[in-house]
Amino acid sequence: MNPLTTTVKVKNYLTQRAIFVVLIVLIIGIAVADPGFLAFSTLRDILQQSSTRLIIALGAAFILISGGVDLSAGRVVGLTAVVSASMLQTEQYASRFFPDLPQLWVGIPIIIGILAGLLVGLINGVIVAKLHVPPFIATLGTMVGIYGVNSIYFNTEPNQSQPIAGLRDDFTMWGSGYFDLGKGYTIPYIVLIAIAVAFICWVIFNKTRLGKNMYAIGGNVQAAHVSGIKVARNLIAIYAISGALYGIAGVLESARTGGATNNYGNMYELDAIAACVVGGVSTAGGIGTVPGVMAGVLIFGVINYGLTFIGVSPYWQLIIKGLIIVAAVAFDIRKYVAKK
Amino acid sequence: MTVALEMRGISKAFPGVQALSDVSLTVRRGTVHALMGENGAGKSTLMKCLFGIYKPDEGEIHIQGVKANINNSGDAIQHGISMIHQELHPVQHRSVMENLWLGRFPLRAKLFVNHTKMLRDTVSLFEELGIDVDPKVRIGTLSVSQIQLLEISKAVSYDAKVIVMDEPTSSLTANEAEQLFTIINRLRDRGVSIIYISHKMEEILRISDDVTIMRDGCYIGTWPSSELTTDLIITKMVGRELKERFPERAHTPGEVAMKVEGLTSINPQSFRNVSFELRKGEILGLGGLVGSQRTELVEALFGLRKTAEGTITILGRKATIKSPSDAKRHNLALLTEERRVTGIFPVLSVYENTVIANLGKFQNRIGLLNERKGRLEAEQRVQQLRTKTPTVHTMIRNLSGGNQQKVLLARWLLTEPDILLLDEPTRGIDVGAKFEIYTLITNLAKAGKSILMISSEMPELLGMSDRIMVMSEGKLTGVIEGKAATEQEIMRLAANQPAAATREATE
Repeated sequence: MNPLTTTVKVKNYLTQRAIFVVLIVLIIGIAVADPGFLAFSTLRDILQQSSTRLIIALGAAFILISGGVDLSAGRVVGLTAVVSASMLQTEQYASRFFPDLPQLWVGIPIIIGILAGLLVGLINGVIVAKLHVPPFIATLGTMVGIYGVNSIYFNTEPNQSQPIAGLRDDFTMWGSGYFDLGKGYTIPYIVLIAIAVAFICWVIFNKTRLGKNMYAIGGNVQAAHVSGIKVARNLIAIYAISGALYGIAGVLESARTGGATNNYGNMYELDAIAACVVGGVSTAGGIGTVPGVMAGVLIFGVINYGLTFIGVSPYWQLIIKGLIIVAAVAFDIRKYVAKK
Repeated sequence: MTVALEMRGISKAFPGVQALSDVSLTVRRGTVHALMGENGAGKSTLMKCLFGIYKPDEGEIHIQGVKANINNSGDAIQHGISMIHQELHPVQHRSVMENLWLGRFPLRAKLFVNHTKMLRDTVSLFEELGIDVDPKVRIGTLSVSQIQLLEISKAVSYDAKVIVMDEPTSSLTANEAEQLFTIINRLRDRGVSIIYISHKMEEILRISDDVTIMRDGCYIGTWPSSELTTDLIITKMVGRELKERFPERAHTPGEVAMKVEGLTSINPQSFRNVSFELRKGEILGLGGLVGSQRTELVEALFGLRKTAEGTITILGRKATIKSPSDAKRHNLALLTEERRVTGIFPVLSVYENTVIANLGKFQNRIGLLNERKGRLEAEQRVQQLRTKTPTVHTMIRNLSGGNQQKVLLARWLLTEPDILLLDEPTRGIDVGAKFEIYTLITNLAKAGKSILMISSEMPELLGMSDRIMVMSEGKLTGVIEGKAATEQEIMRLAANQPAAATREATE
């Protein structure tokens, strides 16, 4: 092989990490417009707002890398938010979802919420892997159906579709609590939870059989089958894990906002998919990394927060987001196409 | 005698191989002209030159006496040349007539499709050729032979002067083939010339007027088929010494590793009642033509296809293999024919492609993968097989075919198999890499592994195999000792020609 010249090396390096370059350029651009942007509080706020989005995006990444797509994510977030919140209202609160429910240990409703997400994921996985329904259709079906289930639950006596509020402090502190580092520096718990979840996902992606099988199934499902990988079993596990991740996100959303309605999480799946593809996850399957997804989520976090910070109208923000999604993928694809 | 098509002095070289040297082909008007030769003789390359898919380095093409410049298949159609491909790809969910006129629908007011005219044209075309297919039904409901007839009428609708048919009967039943021959005769009467590529001797002798034979990219000659016999054709097709070199080996047959009895596919068109034994340290070649169902048999052994009857015994114990993971448990490995479709994970690295079938080996006590160990193992295999790759982190799709094949071989060697099923292990691999793969296979046999190797290349079958099994149309037609085997004998078994009949023909 010819030794690579320095310019080619730099170019390759930047192409491989274009996503991080975009992120830095974006931050610099906003900081030039308003230097007040470069403050610790900005970073903390962006991270806090991005936390649940990151967890949902990681769930979406599991599915995308395995060669599928999941439209049910947002509705699962709504379902698990309502389910966990409904069991976590203070006894003093006037209109409780379950008026006679004793004060449960806080972990129980949290676990039930996460399990509800896992169950939906399991259903998705079985429909895709065993009934061979294309993932787009399978999750479109559960997306619609789960919203119905959630709305019926939400509408039961005596709640009758009232927003669930009056949540216990020992629950909401997971969403709004923080470590105080002194001198005004704080780290929200929710950020640490998201980082921990991301680390666990990184381990699954890179250090487990399931992770390697996920890349293989997304990369070439026929070759995976011939290689002796049990495709159906792996797919069901992948969908179940991503369902559980949406469950975690849903529980955290209700803790963060101190409430829940059946419309929580609506359309979050599209934000998650957008963050994934901007972060270099291939919608054709087989390609994607956890750091990439984190960068993708952060880009949208920076856009949301930063553009508002410098006074760009929300409508213009949408146009910029749309452009970034398309441009990021058009650029990212070159990385794989150019080498043919 | 009018000449419909003349290809003069066609030469074509690819890096490292002279695919065609000074080949000529003269096809008379209104005749069926058989083009024959072994796999790799250059028939397809010659046809690709005719259709402008390859540009010949030298030579000229004349159509009805006029020099033609063909750069793509559109030019070919313009010049009245059409091809009926071995594999047909119609638009499944549309009607017969829409497929027939695809891309050139008759229009009303230059905007709306004129279905009435389309139907009328289709009906008259079908009547002329004697094809009994409803123009309005969906393509999906048609049989392979009906789709083929549709392709032929498409060629006629383009006013083709020369129609190339590549193995047209390979997936047809006897009755369907008869129907095809009737239509071929009708086309011949209309003055259309047919270039007919087939391995089936009986067919060739029955329907062709002239036969051109090619060997190793060279033109051997053209004869009227009335002067030829099956044996004469085979001799002219083969007539050469083995040029490729194969690693030396002494055959030391061990005990029986795998015994297959009466294996029959659930698909009645596929293999049936196949029985054989594979010994330890043996390389068992598996020969046959397109449609012989060799690949289907091997995939069934590996649990990729279902069987209706028969047993597989591995090392004396009956084995139930219903999936590739079952097969792996019985220490089987399969290198598939379609490397890109069922072998490689194109966007994954060489390392990941190497370890994917054997991840359990790299798990620690709590189920996490020891990546360092896996990478080390992958690097060792890269060195051992002399795979050319910058690093083990390179995406496998950036490697050449031969090196991809080595990675796949490494993948299966990691599973420590006892029995390796190799389906065309050197397909699409250049000569140098071929020898390395042969050496690897030979060494595996030396180490006591059993190898079942499908190959369509005669020299490879003869040079590598201890014994050679030959299949024809789903049946095992014979097993020959490797040393005693000749190409003629394999060809005869592959075409399912009883020895007696051919002896008669020579007399």
